[in-house]
Amino acid sequence: MLEFLQYLPEVFTPWNFMILVLGTVGGLILGATPGLSPTMAVALLIPFTFHMEPATGLILLGAAYTSTVAGGAVSAILLSIPGAPANIATTLDGNPLAKQGKATSALHYCFISSFVGGVIGVFVLIFFTPTLSEWALGFGPSHLFWVAILGVTVIGTLGSGSVVKGLFSGFVGLWISTIGYDPVLGVERFNYSEHLGGGINIIAALVGLFAIPQVLSMLTPQMMPGGVQKFAMETQSVMTSVKETLQRWKALVVGSFIGVLVGLIPGAGGQIAGLVAYDQTKKLSRNKEMFGKGEPAGVIAAESANNAMVGPSLVPLLTLSVPGSPTAAVLLGGLLIHGLFPGPALFTEHAPVVWTFINSLLVGQLLMCVFGIMIARYSRFVMDIPEFYMAAAITVLAVFGTFSVQNSFSDVFVMMTLGVVMYFASKIGFSPSPVVLGIILGPIAESNFLQGQMIAEVGEGSFTYFFGGPLNIVLVGVVAMSIVYSAYSELKQKKQQRTAQQNDADYRAEQEGV
Amino acid sequence: MFSSKMSRKLATKTLTALGVASVLSLPQMVQADAFPERPVSMVVSYSPGGATDFQARIVTMLAGNESYLGQPMVILNKPGAGGKIGWDFYASKAKKNGYELAAYNVPHFIAQSIVFKTKYNIDNLEPIANWGADPAVLVVGKDSPFNTLEDLMSFAKENPKKVTFSGAGLYVGHHIAFLQFAKESGLKMTYIPHKGGTPAMKSVMGGQVKAGFNNLSDAFRNKDSVKILAVADLQRNTKFLPDVPTFMEKGVNVDDSSVNFRGIMARKGTPPEVLSYLSQRVPLMFEDNKTTKKMSAAGSPVRVLSREEVIKMWKEREVYLKELLADLKK
Repeated sequence: MLEFLQYLPEVFTPWNFMILVLGTVGGLILGATPGLSPTMAVALLIPFTFHMEPATGLILLGAAYTSTVAGGAVSAILLSIPGAPANIATTLDGNPLAKQGKATSALHYCFISSFVGGVIGVFVLIFFTPTLSEWALGFGPSHLFWVAILGVTVIGTLGSGSVVKGLFSGFVGLWISTIGYDPVLGVERFNYSEHLGGGINIIAALVGLFAIPQVLSMLTPQMMPGGVQKFAMETQSVMTSVKETLQRWKALVVGSFIGVLVGLIPGAGGQIAGLVAYDQTKKLSRNKEMFGKGEPAGVIAAESANNAMVGPSLVPLLTLSVPGSPTAAVLLGGLLIHGLFPGPALFTEHAPVVWTFINSLLVGQLLMCVFGIMIARYSRFVMDIPEFYMAAAITVLAVFGTFSVQNSFSDVFVMMTLGVVMYFASKIGFSPSPVVLGIILGPIAESNFLQGQMIAEVGEGSFTYFFGGPLNIVLVGVVAMSIVYSAYSELKQKKQQRTAQQNDADYRAEQEGV
Repeated sequence: MFSSKMSRKLATKTLTALGVASVLSLPQMVQADAFPERPVSMVVSYSPGGATDFQARIVTMLAGNESYLGQPMVILNKPGAGGKIGWDFYASKAKKNGYELAAYNVPHFIAQSIVFKTKYNIDNLEPIANWGADPAVLVVGKDSPFNTLEDLMSFAKENPKKVTFSGAGLYVGHHIAFLQFAKESGLKMTYIPHKGGTPAMKSVMGGQVKAGFNNLSDAFRNKDSVKILAVADLQRNTKFLPDVPTFMEKGVNVDDSSVNFRGIMARKGTPPEVLSYLSQRVPLMFEDNKTTKKMSAAGSPVRVLSREEVIKMWKEREVYLKELLADLKK
């Protein structure tokens, strides 16, 4: 059980440690770059691991995976542009916090909670791998369908805007996700232009919907409505931030738990971990109305969840060669190149390599936190850059980032188009998060529904297939609860508003009467 | 003034014409020893980290050696729609000068060119050499009641359509193997397309489907979690799975049409001397000890075929696939 300690010194050999530090710092910077997602970063680094020792190569990939996930929060907080899909939920409260002049604290919360979530995730990987991998395998199309639907129930309440606008944006996102080829049967849909041939890439959509409206706003003169508000960064001691983060332990626990769970489920897409955790924390919180306006618990939940996902996403990968997240799927290639075949034998035949890798993930969490906080200190210099330079830099990064995903200019056109449309939509109160969530969840829900339908047709029938069995029942229950709870709190809020208005009116009537 | 402008225009035009002419004549001027003088790129139609991608990276890692190309090969991933995006791009946009190559997957691209409207087919592409062959195998979960192909077939006979098969999508090797198996055995079974080989394998392991067709290399790696019942090839795989019978041994006439062949190709119109240079050097690079060692460490079966052999193989596959897929449409 404590076998991992035996290989801990391996992480600290000069060469390995240097690679770990380089991977972490590089990962934080790559992660903060819009368009360079963890999946991209790991994929880009795989060729470099060719000529390294297997353990060293894996340390580099692991460090990049860990720190890009956390690094994405930097741009999410400072610029309201999530570095990767996993950081969408971080923008919701992180950016309002920054605008209130609490950017440093927001960044501190983010790295501290990432560290806590990440360590919990790696411990799950160390201690529960054999038990949980079998459990993870049990997730079939019907269960994944319900997980995606659970994500859909979050859409309406995302952000602080109106529910109807949220639902509408989510619907647009779901529609966008159907463009291109049908994931199961390969039928072309909404394929009006050559540029849409491969469907809309999620990274292109993410960058377009978040970064381009920001760029356009930056170029708007500050006096005009819609101009970006400049903010200064405060100084905050790390100890205070640690204390404030730990005070919100409920968000940490919920975030880490959901991150672990979502990471374990193969095919659920780790990107939704942050969003689901954010939503649950909001629902459990006593001051719900603060969410979306700069509530530290929102940042803490989202960031602890997306880092807690890292370790568990490797659980099914290492024992069964079934990746738990898109990034883990790319990592599989990195393992195979070195002749490391995931499976039960991996831990016996290649114990030194595997344990060194897992240990490096653990040490990497600490390094990520330390370097992240250092980056937070220097971010102020980035924020001092005049807006027009910033806008130009972001545009360049957005274009390069989008192009590099599939080496395709079509993606760049799609990104620009979506961005410009989003800019105008944001003027009338629509927000980009529900759209991206729709794009992420659409294919998961659709392909699993179709697959499940095909299996059910020749088997036990659709109803039994989608609603039978303990796991389905639990998931349907959670979905139902989520919907009922949202409706309930919405109605309660309306009622409160109405009574408040009524009181106001009564008061005014009284005043006038007098 | 006016005339000077005119003459300048004329000069520009002449220069442009000269430039165009020299560029046009370039392919003819390229001598076997001059090519390649800069890095060669290769389009891979699947995402980084996938089997095709990492094999492509392994087999091209020695390209920089003087005895092979003397120039490195750069991989360019263009994934999407089961490979269609990358191949459509390649067959319509890539340069025909030998500096822009692509990786092929047979039967995928041939089957797609038959079923869908694609910009590629075997007539507008030129094979250079084949590096690997990964046969499809029939796998069932570790706890499955089926221990032999006969078990599965007799169950399928009594329960039409009830045996569900996973595979990496439509019109890929796994699907072709399934179609052949269904046709030759006369059994009614159900194919459930997945998004790739890995999710398809997961469905078999997790018991979401009763069986699956998957790559031999992937099945071999997962041999602790699945049972491998048969190989869709002409011979048993003596290196990785010596004990697993072929379909033919079991009396089902499934040949090697579904074997996933991977190799390098160029566009039609590439200068013949460049093609012949590449088709001489590239197979040697594939056969290098370092390459084969790395390939077998990654569990990937190597099968090097020359340009002539691949041309023949492509033609045979197309004829057979047209017949098989026409049956399907009826």
